[in-house]
Amino acid sequence: MMVSHNYLTSSIGKKQIMAITGLGLVGFTVSHLIGNFLLFLGPDAFNTYAHTLTSNPLIYLAEVGLGSMFLLHLVLAAITQLQNRAARPIGYLAKKSTGRGETFASKTMAYTGLILLAFVIIHLINFKFGSVYESTIEGETVRDLYKTVIEYFSNPLYVVWYCFAMVALGIHTSHGFQSTLQTWGLRHPKYTPMIEIIGMLYAIFVTVGFSACAIYCYLQN
Amino acid sequence: MSGKEKIITVHLKLWRQKNRSTKGFFEEHTLEGVSTGSSFLEMLDQLNEKLIREDKAPFAFDHDCREGICGMCSLMINGQAHGPERATTTCQLHMRSFSDQDTIVIEPWRSSAFPVLKDCMVDRTSFDKVIAAGGFTSVNVGNAQDANALPISKENADLAMDAAACIGCGACVASCPNASAMLFTSAKISQLALLPQGKVEAHKRASKMVEAMDELGFGNCSNHAECEASCPKDINLSNIARTNREFFKAKIFSEKE
Ligand code: FES
Repeated sequence: MMVSHNYLTSSIGKKQIMAITGLGLVGFTVSHLIGNFLLFLGPDAFNTYAHTLTSNPLIYLAEVGLGSMFLLHLVLAAITQLQNRAARPIGYLAKKSTGRGETFASKTMAYTGLILLAFVIIHLINFKFGSVYESTIEGETVRDLYKTVIEYFSNPLYVVWYCFAMVALGIHTSHGFQSTLQTWGLRHPKYTPMIEIIGMLYAIFVTVGFSACAIYCYLQN
Repeated sequence: MSGKEKIITVHLKLWRQKNRSTKGFFEEHTLEGVSTGSSFLEMLDQLNEKLIREDKAPFAFDHDCREGICGMCSLMINGQAHGPERATTTCQLHMRSFSDQDTIVIEPWRSSAFPVLKDCMVDRTSFDKVIAAGGFTSVNVGNAQDANALPISKENADLAMDAAACIGCGACVASCPNASAMLFTSAKISQLALLPQGKVEAHKRASKMVEAMDELGFGNCSNHAECEASCPKDINLSNIARTNREFFKAKIFSEKE
């Protein structure tokens, strides 16, 4: 199998890679959310999960994979954005949507994407590289990430920012999900409306799910 | 003409530009005595007669058949390609879609691949280049063969015909927030890829046409679907999905480097 030299620079190639990396990030988001649900079960369940995850040597591989997916998605998005701007140097005075095409989500992909970029950086600083506490579970010393999380969300401003970013995530993926399938050539008069609904449900699930975790933590204080 | 026809006054805000290399600007005109029964282009003819009488340069815009089949007319009317009606070319648009004292903003297709020649006339040679990049189709020569020798399903014949309805006006590019030409290119790829005659070079054609499209400076499709919504011929987004598939196959399974 030989990938032609210009697949990656072609408009379709770039979009397909963006779509695949986006889908990978969607998968990661779901697993992250399911992990977060352990917060509801209390410190031990959550800390054991976090410990098992971070003490597995494969985590480094996963982190590199995830990081490169994220970066690739971002770099391609930046390149296509710049090209798209260059493709229309003079804008319209009176541009008006037909109301049958673009959506709020599709129009704001770059902005919601930037919010998510800021969010991911802040998120890593706050949690992965945030305050470290220790606790003992069955004789083993583990990081008390639960405490870090609860402590963080004691500030209502952080809760608001977190929920805001999760709304951006929902909006971003509501367009991204169905767009991914279209970009990979999967479109069908019967299934596409269903796919759009699944994308919407997914978006609502992640937004509500993550926000619920944050609000729950706030209430624990 | 129907009895409901009215005479209205419209305020026009037109894009004027002398040639490719000069900067353009908006010019305002008020046109009285416009019949709602007249077509949009007839209204512009009326304006031009007035401008000529006043010894001013007439407003340049593209048009030819004036019956929605040639694809020459190309105006951005109040921010919408071919105006507010669905599946309608500018030449098929009528003044009954507007009201008395309306302000109508008229702009050219905005795309770096469609340079303005004069006022709202743009050069759409880029589209011809995309088509030319598609190359030839292999056909049997000699006596015409029996029509039944080439089985084509009714579904595919219909889909190919729907794609072939594209008149190449450029509304897809004009309305796309990214100024992408994917709908046009995909219609031209699909109309051949769906039929046995076009199958032989289908992958190569997809690859070449997309390459040409990228090189000409059109933007990248991000599935807004404004193109489909603005298309006067209702060309479907499934053509873009088909092109994405064909292009991937062409690139990944090509024997050549
Ligand atoms: S003038 Fe021919 S399609 Fe409008």
